Amino acid sequence: MKILVVDDEADVQPLFLQRFRKEIRNNEFDFSFAQSGEDALNYLHSSPSEVVLILSDINMPGMSGLELLSHIREDFPTPPPPVVMMITAYGDEENHRQAMERGADDFLTKPLDFNLLKEKLKTFNE
Amino acid sequence: MTVFYFLAAFLLIRRLVKRYKLSLIYPKWASMLSTATWVIIVIYIGISTTLDHWAADILGAAILLGLLQYVDREPDFDLQKPYLQANYPLVAIGFINGLAQLMAENFYEKYSNYFQLATLAAFVWIFSKFANSNKQEEALRLAAERKAELEALVSARTAELVKQKENLQEIVEELKATQDQLIQSEKMASLGELTAGIAHEIQNPLNFVNNFSEVSMELIEEMTEELEKGDKEEAIAIASDIKQNLEKIRHHGQRADGIVKGMLQHSRASSTTKEPTDINKLADEYMRLSYHGLRAKDKSFNANLEMNLAENLPLIDVVPQDIGRVLLNMFNNAFYAVQQKSKTHGAEFKPTVAVTTTAQGTWMVITVRDNGTGIPDAIKEKIMQPFFTTKPTGEGTGLGLSLSYDIVVKAHGGKIDIDSKEGEYTEFTIKLPLK
Repeated sequence: MKILVVDDEADVQPLFLQRFRKEIRNNEFDFSFAQSGEDALNYLHSSPSEVVLILSDINMPGMSGLELLSHIREDFPTPPPPVVMMITAYGDEENHRQAMERGADDFLTKPLDFNLLKEKLKTFNE
Repeated sequence: MTVFYFLAAFLLIRRLVKRYKLSLIYPKWASMLSTATWVIIVIYIGISTTLDHWAADILGAAILLGLLQYVDREPDFDLQKPYLQANYPLVAIGFINGLAQLMAENFYEKYSNYFQLATLAAFVWIFSKFANSNKQEEALRLAAERKAELEALVSARTAELVKQKENLQEIVEELKATQDQLIQSEKMASLGELTAGIAHEIQNPLNFVNNFSEVSMELIEEMTEELEKGDKEEAIAIASDIKQNLEKIRHHGQRADGIVKGMLQHSRASSTTKEPTDINKLADEYMRLSYHGLRAKDKSFNANLEMNLAENLPLIDVVPQDIGRVLLNMFNNAFYAVQQKSKTHGAEFKPTVAVTTTAQGTWMVITVRDNGTGIPDAIKEKIMQPFFTTKPTGEGTGLGLSLSYDIVVKAHGGKIDIDSKEGEYTEFTIKLPLK
């Protein structure tokens, strides 16, 4: 399963690669990374059908995660649309409401509980 | 005609009584003057009923002369001198009258009208002087009163002014103390605004520290397994990952450390120690803090941050927390301006805040540019003034820019320039000497 992780923090990449070391080795997950909403959209446009699941931070400079979410829902309606999970450090009602309104499938708060995330990803993988 | 000499003497005494009645020296003279009045009357009656005309005239003139001499020598009555002088013609005419009657009786008889006229004229002269000097004295008295009033007024005003001056000095002292407090509370206020930004900025590195250390523990377990299996190569690969992770942990630990230190520096009362400072690092740090600070308050807010930081800039000698405060203030203003604009403009408006650093000649140039609401021409002159703010009451102290000006221009010998177009952009340029 191809997963795109969008976060402006560069170190998210080695972190995910190590956290999901076994899964990657077993070819359960395949991760790609983007450091901004714009990067993520470019990536999605260049390989539309590959990505099954997107994990995106909300608070990023430039295009925010919520804007990215809206773009994804507009630009890629073809079934099956990718699963989008939003992540934010500010786990407040307003962000949650907006994420759900714009069509997010799930809403996670930082610091990420990787075991929980793993469980969730696996349910989508089945 | 004898009556005129006594009348003149009588007038003189009455005049003295009248003039000095209210003065301090009067008690000394009171009884003598009233006695003199009666004595004059009694002598007049005595003389006029017993003596010949000529003798009465000479005696009258002599008594008047004596009185005049006496008063003239008395320092208490100095002011009366002009009046006294008016009496001498009458004295002279008195003697002439008397002598003429004694030695040339026929002549006197023949021209008695003229003699009488002269006596009358001399008396009228005295009388006119009497009336006239009354007026003059009245005028003088009024002038003196007025002068005294004015003097009292002037000294009252002077006292008032001195008191006001003292009050003002006290107020200035109080204001100085208040200003120091305000500067400190401005620092604390901007720190308060930053708290959310700081929390976010510290949370991120802490998450990494926690995550990388957890993952490293897993890796060590795996490494042990690999070693037990005898897969040395895989074990070495894992070891290098662990090493990388430890570096990440250290990196993010230092990041959090730097933020906390910066925060402490920011809140510290005042330090004037200049030290070699990396302006790019400072700009980057405070831009993030400011951005996250605003985002924490307004979660829907988003902006493009552009950092055009020149590479290989030299370190410059500045007080880092002070310049940091200036940058923070500029960034806060910039984000506020784009936030305000995004409230009125729709989604097509892309809020952007850009910071640029370059070295130009002998200056380090930092520009902070936003595409926000801009500064109206009407208030451009005022924005550096203390307590001037466009923010609603309670949101801004109005001290940010004025403190920035003090820090950059007065404390660092630099410059601040403002360029702005209302509704389009604002650009602050800070110049700091490289050496």
